[in-house]
Amino acid sequence: MEAEAAKYIGAGIACLGMGGAGIGLGHIFGNYLAGALRNPSAADGQRPNMLFAFAVTEALGIFSLLVAILLLFVV
Amino acid sequence: MANDPIHQFQIAKWIPIEIGGVDFSFTNSSAFMAATVIAAGGFLYLTTSNRGLIPSRLQSISEMSYEFVANMLRDAAGTQGMKFFPLVFSLFMFVLVANLLGMFPYFFTVTSHLIVTAALALLVIGVVIGYGFWKHGFGFLKLFVPSGVPIFLVPLVVAIEIVSFLSRPISLSVRLFANMLAGHITLKVFAGFVTSLSALGVLGIAGSILPLLMAVAITALEFLVAFLQAYVFAVLTCMYLNDAIHPGH
Repeated sequence: MEAEAAKYIGAGIACLGMGGAGIGLGHIFGNYLAGALRNPSAADGQRPNMLFAFAVTEALGIFSLLVAILLLFVV
Repeated sequence: MANDPIHQFQIAKWIPIEIGGVDFSFTNSSAFMAATVIAAGGFLYLTTSNRGLIPSRLQSISEMSYEFVANMLRDAAGTQGMKFFPLVFSLFMFVLVANLLGMFPYFFTVTSHLIVTAALALLVIGVVIGYGFWKHGFGFLKLFVPSGVPIFLVPLVVAIEIVSFLSRPISLSVRLFANMLAGHITLKVFAGFVTSLSALGVLGIAGSILPLLMAVAITALEFLVAFLQAYVFAVLTCMYLNDAIHPGH
């Protein structure tokens, strides 16, 4: 296999990691919404926690995007 | 390639300076760091210098950012942590203003370079380790031994805690840097779709509306991310400082 082709395949495989971040973000927003509908008065107080978890989880997806970008443009 | 999405991150030497073989050049990165400090410091100084009992709109922005960071630090590290307020507030304002300045077209994003965020993260971890050992001596090492762990599990838990402690500066810096880098690249890639589609003729121009709308939406998301990453950086700093102030779990 040519190195150029392997680079693009590797970038594609690296993007699969973003699926995991997608599952995680779905859990965070889904569970927040479920909790907020059960107890709407407590929802506002937990919004910063949700955003914090969103940012931390999203960062993991960004890491795999970073690997893909490094393979495409830097290597 | 005409619309290379990486081109925006190139360092350009504006004033070349070299002292003893070491490169001290004034680059576009240094210029935007200086602009960040001037913008943040100038805004806070001007809006609070002739303050009134009833705050004006701009004054309440400064007061809100002060209260925001102060509450964050008090929640995470307790009142003892408030002596670190200047550090956390400066870090938060620097990262926030640098991220927001980078959102202007043709502006350089300081935080999209790993070396800048790594320096900030190492500063935080250095303060945590230095203050922890200065305040508690070797008692700071209790941080690695959580209480209530069965004795035969202690070696394993200590190893895991040490690895997690050592990976903190890496994750802290890479999170901010990768978010900024990936966001700006995505923005430029979608903007590149607009130009390359509209070069295809009438049908292409009609089709390029879709990536244009996408670019607008990503810009909005990037403003959210710019604030959130500054917030996450400050919150994690508060949590790590809490470890230095109260090392026992």
